[in-house]
Amino acid sequence: MSNAVVHADSHGQAHAAHHPALQHHFDTMGQQKEAAVIGMWVFLLTEILFFGGLFMAYMLYRTWYFDAFAEASRSLDIFWGALNTAVLIASSLTMAMAVRCAQVNKRMATVNWLILTMILGAVFLGVKVIEYSDKFEHHHVPGLNYKWAAEHPSTALGAGAPAPVAGAGHAEPAAAAAPHRELSLSPEQLQLTTQIYFSLYFTMTGLHALHMIIGIGLMSVITWMAWKGKFDAEYYTPVEMSGLYWHFVDIVWIFLFPLLYLVERP
Amino acid sequence: MLDKLKIPEHHYLNNGHSLKSWLLTKDHKRIAIMYLMSISVMFFIGGLFGVGIRLELATPQGDFVSADTYNKFFTMHGVIMVFFFLIPSIPAVLGNFLIPPMIGAKDLAFPRINLISLYIYWIGGIFTLYAMIAGGVDTGWTFYTPYSATGSNTNVIPTAIGIFIAGFSSILTGLNFIVTIHRMRAPGMTWFRLPLFVWAHYATSLVQVLGTPVIAITIVMLAVERGFGFGIFDPARGGDPVLFQHLFWFYSHPAVYIMILPALGVQSELISTFSRKRIFGYSFVAFSSLAIAVFGFIVWAHHMFVAGISTYAAMVFSFLSFSVAIPSAVKTFNWSATLYKGAISFETPMLYAYGFMGLFAIGGLTGLFLATLGLDVHVHDTYFVVAHFHYIMVGGAIMGYLGGLHFWWPKMTGRMYSEFFSKVSAIMVFVGFNVTFFPQFVVGYLGMPRRYHSYPDEFQVLNVMSSAGATVLGLGYVLPVIYFLWSLKYGQVAGPNPWGASGLEWQMQSPPLTENFVETPIVNTEPYEYEHVVVKEKHLV
Repeated sequence: MSNAVVHADSHGQAHAAHHPALQHHFDTMGQQKEAAVIGMWVFLLTEILFFGGLFMAYMLYRTWYFDAFAEASRSLDIFWGALNTAVLIASSLTMAMAVRCAQVNKRMATVNWLILTMILGAVFLGVKVIEYSDKFEHHHVPGLNYKWAAEHPSTALGAGAPAPVAGAGHAEPAAAAAPHRELSLSPEQLQLTTQIYFSLYFTMTGLHALHMIIGIGLMSVITWMAWKGKFDAEYYTPVEMSGLYWHFVDIVWIFLFPLLYLVERP
Repeated sequence: MLDKLKIPEHHYLNNGHSLKSWLLTKDHKRIAIMYLMSISVMFFIGGLFGVGIRLELATPQGDFVSADTYNKFFTMHGVIMVFFFLIPSIPAVLGNFLIPPMIGAKDLAFPRINLISLYIYWIGGIFTLYAMIAGGVDTGWTFYTPYSATGSNTNVIPTAIGIFIAGFSSILTGLNFIVTIHRMRAPGMTWFRLPLFVWAHYATSLVQVLGTPVIAITIVMLAVERGFGFGIFDPARGGDPVLFQHLFWFYSHPAVYIMILPALGVQSELISTFSRKRIFGYSFVAFSSLAIAVFGFIVWAHHMFVAGISTYAAMVFSFLSFSVAIPSAVKTFNWSATLYKGAISFETPMLYAYGFMGLFAIGGLTGLFLATLGLDVHVHDTYFVVAHFHYIMVGGAIMGYLGGLHFWWPKMTGRMYSEFFSKVSAIMVFVGFNVTFFPQFVVGYLGMPRRYHSYPDEFQVLNVMSSAGATVLGLGYVLPVIYFLWSLKYGQVAGPNPWGASGLEWQMQSPPLTENFVETPIVNTEPYEYEHVVVKEKHLV
C-alpha cells in the first residue's frame, strides 16, 4: 500500500539494481525500449502523411503542367542538388555509426560521429542557403516579384496558344513528346505555372530544411547526453530514435531530389 | 452499508495540492481532469456562438447581427466545437483517464508526451481564441479556397495556426494510445479481452495518427498561399481549389470518426453494464470499429459531389460511403441483441445510451440519403446536411461523451451526482436536441440553404421550433455543470464499483491511486463476464 504514495523507494525492492533510465510505469528496459520504437515508427508514419499532402499536390500539377515543371526544374543547378544528396547520404552513414558506437559503449566515438552528422547537416543547409539566394536573385520566389524570364533558350519556343490557364490546365504531355519539342504553354502560361512549381519547391524543400534544423537541434541534445555518459549498451534509445528521425529526413530528400531537379533533363 | 463507504485516504487527487503538482504532473488521470476543464470551457464558448446563430434565425429578417457577423458566428462555432471540443472530447478526457486502468497499466506509455499534448492543445486554443477576440474569422470551418486564401479579410491565419497546433495534440494522444495498447497491457490482458472502449480508441487513434498530418500540411499550404502569395490553390494562376477540398476532406471526413468512434466505445460499455449481459458479438463489435476507421478514409469525396469531380469518381465514392453503414449497423444491432433478455436498469448513463442509439440511427440513416448522388444534389448545402451532422456529432458524440462522463464520474471523483437532476438533464438534452434539429431536416429538404442569416418567411415556424429546442438543449447542458460541481463536495460516496460493472477500472478504489493498482492485476477472464460478477447492492440515491 505504501508504494502508492511514496514513489521514491517503490522500485528497487525486487531488483536492487534497476537501470536509472527505467521509468516507473514500465516493468523492464525491454518493454520501455519497444514502446519507444513503436512510438517513433508511428510518428514517422504521421510524417509520411504530412509530406504526402505535398507529394499529392506535386503529382497533380506535374501531370497538368508537365512542360512548366520540366522548364522550371532545368533552372535548378543540378550540381548543388547532387552534392546535397551525397552529403545527406553520408550523414546517414555517420548517424548509423553513432548508433552503433552507443550500442557498444564507445562514448567518445558516439559523440564524434554525432558531431560529424551535425556538421554534414549544416553543410546541407548551407548549400540550401546558396540555392535559395539564387532564386531570390532570379525572381523565382513565388509571390509579388515572381518573373519567369525567357533567359533559358527553350522557353522562347512557346507555342503561343492563347488558351486561358484557369481550368484549361490539362496540358497534354503526349502532344509534346518529341526531342527538342515545342512547348505547349505560352510564355504567359509559363509565368503562371512555373510559379506553381516554385511554390511547391519552396514549400517542400522549406519543410524539409525545417525538419533538418529540428534534427540538428535534437542531435545537439543527444550529443550532450552522450558526452555526459547517459547512454550504455542497455540504454541508448534516444540515440537510436534520433537516428530513425534523421534517416527519415534523409529519405524525404531522396524523393525530393529527382522530383524537383530531374523532371526532364537532356 | 452506506455509511461504511469512505473516500480513501490516499488518491490521485490529494497526492499534492499545489498548482505545480497539477501543471507538471505526469499522471494520466490529472491530465484527463485538466483536459476536462479545458474542453468544457471551449464547449461553452462554442455554444455561445451557437446561441447567437439560433437567436438570429428566430426571425426571417437579418436583424440580430449583420451578415458578416453571422458568418463569423457559424465559423467560430464550427471551429471551436470541431477542433477544440469534439476531437479531444472522449479520447483526451475519458480515454486518457481510463485506458491505462482498463488494460491494467500504471500510466500511458509516454506520460510526458501526454502532458505536452495538453500544453499544445492550450497553445492552439490561445491562438484560436486570440483570432476570435481580434475580430473572428468568416470562412466557415472548412476554409475553402480561394476565399480563405485571397478573399477573406478576417483572421484566417491565426485561426489556421491554432488548428495546426491543436492537431499535434491530437496526433500525440493517438500515438500514445496506440503504443500503450500494444505494449502496456497487464499479464493475461489479451487483445480479445480488451474492453470495447479500448478497441474503439485504438481505431480512433489510427485515424488521428493517419489523418491529422494531412490537415496539417493542408493548413501549411493555405498559410503560404495567403501569407506569401503562392498560387497552389488559386484558379486565376493555374492552381486548383478542388485540390484543397480533397486534402481538407481527406482529414475532415475521417475526423468525424475521431468524434464518433470513442462514443461507440462508451456505448458498448454502457449497454453491457446496464443490461448486465456480456456484449453480443464481441469480436464483431471490435472489428467494426476498425472497419469504420478504414472505410472512413476512402469516402471523403462525398462532400464534393457538386464541386465538379467526375461522375465516375462520384459513383465510386457514393458506393463506398454506403459501405460505412455496414459496420455501423453491426454495432447497433449487436447492442440491441445485448439488450435482449438483459436485466436492464435505467440509471442516467443508460438514458444517455438509449438516446444515443436513436439519434445515431437517425444521423446514420440520413447519411445514406446524402451519399446518394441524386438526392445530394438536391439537399447539398441545405439545413438537411446541418441536421444530419448534428445528429452524428451532437446526438452521437456528445451524448456518448455525457453518458460516459456520468458513468465514470464516480470513478473519477469518488462521489455520486444527483440521480434525479441528472435524469432530468438527460431527458432535457434528448428532447431539446430533437426539437432543435429535427425541424432542420424538414426545412432543409424544403430548400433552406445553410450559412445565411435571413430566410423566407415560410420557414419561420420550423426555425422558431429549432431555436426553442436549442434553449432546452442549452439548459440541459448547463445542468450537469451544476450538479457535477455540487457532487464534488456533497455527493454521496460512491465506493469502488457503484454500478456493479465488470471492467478492471472498477477494481481500483474511487478515486484511484496515482499508480492505479497496488499490484499489477493478472487478467484471467473474458470482458463483460456478468454471469460471474457478484452483483453488489447499488449505492444510489
